Amino acid sequence: MSTTTPPIAPEGGSAPLVELLDLKTWFPVRRGVFAKTIGYVRAVDGVSLAIVRGETLGLVGESGCGKTTLGRTILMLDPPHSGLIRFDGSDINRLSRLEKRQLRQRMQIIFQDPLSSLNPRMNILDIVTEGLREFGLVTDSREADATRLLREVGLDADALYRYPHEFSGGQRQRINVARAISLRPDFIVCDEAVSALDVSVQAQVINLMIDLREKYGLAYLFISHDLSVVSNIAGRVAVMYLGRVVEEGPTDSIIRDPLHPYTRALIRAVPVPGVRREKAPPLKGETPSLLAPPPGCRFHPRCPEAMDVCRRVDPGRTRWAGHRVWCHLYGAGETPAA
Amino acid sequence: MSATILEVDNLTVTFDTDEGVFNAVEAVSFAIAAGEVVGLVGESGCGKSVTALSILRLIPSPPGRITAGSVRFKGADLAALSAAELRRVRGSGISMIFQEPSAALSPLHRVGRQLVEALRLHRDLSRRAAWEAARDWLEKVRIPDAAERLYAYPFQLSGGMQQRVMIAMALMLEPEVIIADEPTTALDVTIQAQVFALIREMKQASTAILLITHDMGVVWEMCDRVLVMYAARIVEAGTREEIFEKPAHPYTRGLLRSIPRLTDKPERLATIGGMVPSPLHYPAGCRFNDRCPHVFDRCRREAPGLLEVSAGHQAACFLAKKLVRAPL
Repeated sequence: MSTTTPPIAPEGGSAPLVELLDLKTWFPVRRGVFAKTIGYVRAVDGVSLAIVRGETLGLVGESGCGKTTLGRTILMLDPPHSGLIRFDGSDINRLSRLEKRQLRQRMQIIFQDPLSSLNPRMNILDIVTEGLREFGLVTDSREADATRLLREVGLDADALYRYPHEFSGGQRQRINVARAISLRPDFIVCDEAVSALDVSVQAQVINLMIDLREKYGLAYLFISHDLSVVSNIAGRVAVMYLGRVVEEGPTDSIIRDPLHPYTRALIRAVPVPGVRREKAPPLKGETPSLLAPPPGCRFHPRCPEAMDVCRRVDPGRTRWAGHRVWCHLYGAGETPAA
Repeated sequence: MSATILEVDNLTVTFDTDEGVFNAVEAVSFAIAAGEVVGLVGESGCGKSVTALSILRLIPSPPGRITAGSVRFKGADLAALSAAELRRVRGSGISMIFQEPSAALSPLHRVGRQLVEALRLHRDLSRRAAWEAARDWLEKVRIPDAAERLYAYPFQLSGGMQQRVMIAMALMLEPEVIIADEPTTALDVTIQAQVFALIREMKQASTAILLITHDMGVVWEMCDRVLVMYAARIVEAGTREEIFEKPAHPYTRGLLRSIPRLTDKPERLATIGGMVPSPLHYPAGCRFNDRCPHVFDRCRREAPGLLEVSAGHQAACFLAKKLVRAPL
């Protein structure tokens, strides 16, 4: 696909904070003595999305669909192969080193494993104020700043001189949240941020993240394999499959009336406690390799509704019932295969 | 109700660690009837996996020890069996499916060899007949190109495929009880749905399943009856409908309320205050008392036993009879 898809801004028209245009992140696969590139793992392969200030965009999909790479690329942790990333209007690939560094203050990440993302040899005071020190933003004293941050996430000041291993999983994730908000960012990538937590603690951390979003007008890219969690925090959701977004729209409407056969299968596969449903046959097969994605629509080998055209032609984007969907079932919008 | 096939009575498992001695499982009793699917749910560290492992005496010792209670399989006390007799029960009587198929399969041996070894240990089969039986089972669990996959090493298979191999291995000896410890936790939801459909379809009508999970959605989809564990004890037991529609223990009620559900109308999630106590510092009395919204004096002094709230539905709470009637 060489045609550039226009950016996808949410309805309403406010200028997006993060804007992705046909973004591709490919990892070269090298073989042999001369490390010749024999192919690419197309982890992110042509994604256009936008996130406005204060909103949460859920990004769901199964393991290996590229959702984590997408988050990392936005944060300049993985270099893009091609495409455009705009943050607050400026193309981040054109920024100077210094400008990039300044931008990093405004974007943060919270990882899945709350323990491995905290340095075991630093105490909580050092962990939480490391960014403030780095950017020369300590106000009165580091202790005062850290105490204030810990209070924001529901921890006491007696945590200051303790070390990560002394805390429970939920508390550690609160410490990660405190560190992430320390520089007053505009945007946080939450990569499976609550997935490793027990149910009773998960709800506490989700509520904390919602509170902070409201208090500081934070925008989240909330990456998760768990559609139930996403439906409780994200106003919009994008569904990824094999490096591409296949459907995107308001969360309530995606949950109620999913359009893309993959979204439908994904929602149907989520067991909902207490709700009796007729058993639909599960999706067949497994996700193909990102090294050699299938031609045409990437979902066609598993799609219960695959038609002849799906095997040949990559579906373009269609607007349908308030969603954006990449599927031949929904009218025109075909772009010829590359 | 058909005959009880597995009976766990007053099981207590004690761990002796550097930090101290504690009971990972304490006075746990339940029975499973032939053909029944029973869910054992609870959060990490509550003792559910230790319970599962103790049934087949697979607890690493030290640090763990079964310090009280018994496990009866078809009436016979498993603790009284010799090592050889116990080996016969493992696999052909009771088999296990573990969470991490990549850790449960030997990385050094081809899948076929592992299946054949298990088959020939329990059945009088020639090598060739066992190989063919293994191939048939891989076909039954819908592994494409089964004849070729027998020559594959586990790492050459995806997680979903590996779990299918584990399921084939667990089912091929036609056990009467299957213990499945978080069998789909490592898998994607669409693959999870495939695996559960497969287990449901493959198991014989009389096969009983003990399904250990932290996922209430999975419990709802799969189980007839549910046991809820908290801090080493069973706090509530009942049918699926009783547990989900008329929960009587404040912990079960809190857990059900705090599950993020697939919703088109998000509301603020309910939470359970505080956190799971460390096994070294359980509160006296009821172990949920420091997190319970209904706590009163007696809960801090005395541990409530399992109280019958209706036939077959029990909860370890002094207020169970009142709470069971309260809307969730």
